[in-house]
Amino acid sequence: MTSTVARPSVAPAVDLRTTLAGVRFPNPVFTASGCAAAGRELAQFFDVAALGGVVTKSIMVRPRSGRPTPRMAETPSGMLNSIGLQGPGIDAFLEHDLPWLADRGARAVVSIAGGSVEEYVRLATKLRGAPGLAMVEVNISCPNVEDRGQVFAGDSGAAAAVISAVRRQSPAHIPVFAKLSPDVTDIVAIARACVDAGADGLSMVNTLLGMVIDTTTLRPALAGVTGGLSGPAIRPVALRCVWQVAQVLPEVPILGMGGVRTGLDALQFLLAGASAVSVGTAVFGDPRAPVRVLAELEQALAERGIDRVADVIGLATDRLPRPDIARTEEEQ
Amino acid sequence: MPVQVAGRVLTMRRVGAYHAMTLLADGIAEEFRPGQFVAVAVGGPDSSMLLHRAFSIHAVTERGQYGGTVTFVFAVIGRGTAWLARRRPNDAVDVVGPLGRSFRLPRDRATATLVGGGYGSAPLFPLIDALRARGCRVDAVLGAATADRLFGPLEAKRRTTSVVFTTEDATMGERGRVSDVLPAVLEHTGSDVVYACGPMGMLRAVSAIAAARGIPCQVAVEESMACGIGVCMTCVLPVVGDDGTTRMVRSCVEGPVFGGDRVRFGDVGTVPADALGAPVAPLADAAPPGATP
Ligand SMILES: Cc1cc2nc3c(=O)[nH]c(=O)nc-3n(C[C@H](O)[C@H](O)[C@H](O)COP(=O)(O)OP(=O)(O)OC[C@H]3O[C@@H](n4cnc5c(N)ncnc54)[C@H](O)[C@@H]3O)c2cc1C
Ligand SMILES: Cc1cc2nc3c(=O)[nH]c(=O)nc-3n(C[C@H](O)[C@H](O)[C@H](O)COP(=O)(O)O)c2cc1C
Ligand code: FES
Repeated sequence: MTSTVARPSVAPAVDLRTTLAGVRFPNPVFTASGCAAAGRELAQFFDVAALGGVVTKSIMVRPRSGRPTPRMAETPSGMLNSIGLQGPGIDAFLEHDLPWLADRGARAVVSIAGGSVEEYVRLATKLRGAPGLAMVEVNISCPNVEDRGQVFAGDSGAAAAVISAVRRQSPAHIPVFAKLSPDVTDIVAIARACVDAGADGLSMVNTLLGMVIDTTTLRPALAGVTGGLSGPAIRPVALRCVWQVAQVLPEVPILGMGGVRTGLDALQFLLAGASAVSVGTAVFGDPRAPVRVLAELEQALAERGIDRVADVIGLATDRLPRPDIARTEEEQ
Repeated sequence: MPVQVAGRVLTMRRVGAYHAMTLLADGIAEEFRPGQFVAVAVGGPDSSMLLHRAFSIHAVTERGQYGGTVTFVFAVIGRGTAWLARRRPNDAVDVVGPLGRSFRLPRDRATATLVGGGYGSAPLFPLIDALRARGCRVDAVLGAATADRLFGPLEAKRRTTSVVFTTEDATMGERGRVSDVLPAVLEHTGSDVVYACGPMGMLRAVSAIAAARGIPCQVAVEESMACGIGVCMTCVLPVVGDDGTTRMVRSCVEGPVFGGDRVRFGDVGTVPADALGAPVAPLADAAPPGATP
């Protein structure tokens, strides 16, 4: 089935194009890593090339079986997951998944994950020259085996080490985005460290650590005990993170995410300073969520008399000049 | 290929302890094969329940008076199924299907025994029809804790050559479980193939009984699912592949139907050490759980 975006009767003429670190994307709605596999399954429901980009499940050097089940628990307006980065490994990914996305004309944002700087370097090296690769997203919410399993994203030094190594290995025209964890005391400090280490942009945010206890079994609901919280439940936290970083680093492009479910949610992230958004958990109950969000965003912009996505990016932050949209609204 | 459809409730029926929901949903019937399931969104567009609920397909019609329909049978477990039970004709229900791999049918005429536990009987009815259309003899064993949880006993009698019921409280049929009577049924019918759907413990027992007799057996498993379409990796269980390698496979796309001899029932809920990509170093264990989603 090739379903198309449901268009309102009067097609809004909004210029949806956006740019992330010099790379142009036709629109600002992407999938989120780990919520779209490598695009194939979602292609049953819509054309994946119609999205700004497809962010693939974080890939590791070797095949990985992940954590035991139960791996998820539904929570109010959210869910916990402890998948444990199950995946086929980079070689199988490069052989089967990335070429498939390239054939479809999709712009692939490949998420990589490792347990050491060396593993990230190997992944970045393997990705060099891969067809269809638009961007690399570095998932640094991974335990560093060389530092008692502390996650890279929680430490400026460790995060910077990974990012600078990946940046060095990647071709200049491929942006490297650092994906930040909100589970830190000062996200601005980590963001700055990543940018100083060469990150071309930031993906924000990954899941928040949480837990649920099953009151029937009297045990934690997840086999992994704790898991990552996602969905609309985390949206205000995610939005605050984007806002804080955009205030301090207004020139750094941000791929915003965390609970985007509607076009207006996406608009909030753009207003806070994100140049594009990823739609993650919303896909699980609505496979067409990314294209629906895109259509709703377009409509919402048209209704506000805004004809370019680029004009709303960071509009809510007072550091950026405000176009006079109040008057435009009055005129309608 | 599955479709996502804005469905509408056509009918809601109480069936013993269960609810049977028939949705007007075009495009699901055409590609449906027995054993497949639907994933249903619950609570409406602003719902705080974000995840799909999976239900085996009980019946489909391609083009009724109002269009295509799909029917599933469900027990109220938590908030999502409670919401579904409150739907009334004409209410909107978003549905995706048909999903997953179906039961494989024997190439030649065969004698098949179908085993259903609780609402697990529901998906066996279209399988009965498909088998009979091929000239197969079909016998069934249906079990549940109590008589009101035996789904479709009268219909099963009508559509099969023989059917044995079991309930744990002896309110209907024999006291006990399907596994207590299955060996005798297989003996008596001389079955060539066994199909089963029900709780994991039942599937394990049925698979063992079939294996002990050298009878091929297919089971439809039920693992906790978030998406039902293959993108989240929550629904995995250890399954042995054709190459003899154990993989943590997604039951929503590679299943829910598996060979009973391929599922490592004893290891469900774990990642066996010999599974492809199982942790070799203590890496995964040293990690703070949940730190890597
Ligand atoms: C392939 C398949 C076929 C199924 N067929 C049927 C059927 O025909 N009739 C029927 O009554 N039930 C069936 N189930 C189980 C049904 O999906 C759950 O009972 C239902 O999701 C519970 O939802 P809830 O909101 O009431 O419960 P909650 O516990 O609140 O659900 C919370 C979350 O956990 C998931 N979940 C909870 N229990 C299960 C479970 N047993 N299996 C899968 N996901 C679960 C839900 O999808 C949801 O995402 C099937 C499950 C699978 C995987
Ligand atoms: C099941 C699941 C798996 C995920 N896997 C990954 C992953 O492999 N890599 C990653 O960087 N983020 C992963 N995430 C995090 C998402 O990409 C996203 O950052 C987060 O879920 C917030 O967005 P959302 O609320 O729209 O889902 C995962 C999230 C979920 C729910
Ligand atoms: S339920 Fe999401 S991959 Fe199977």
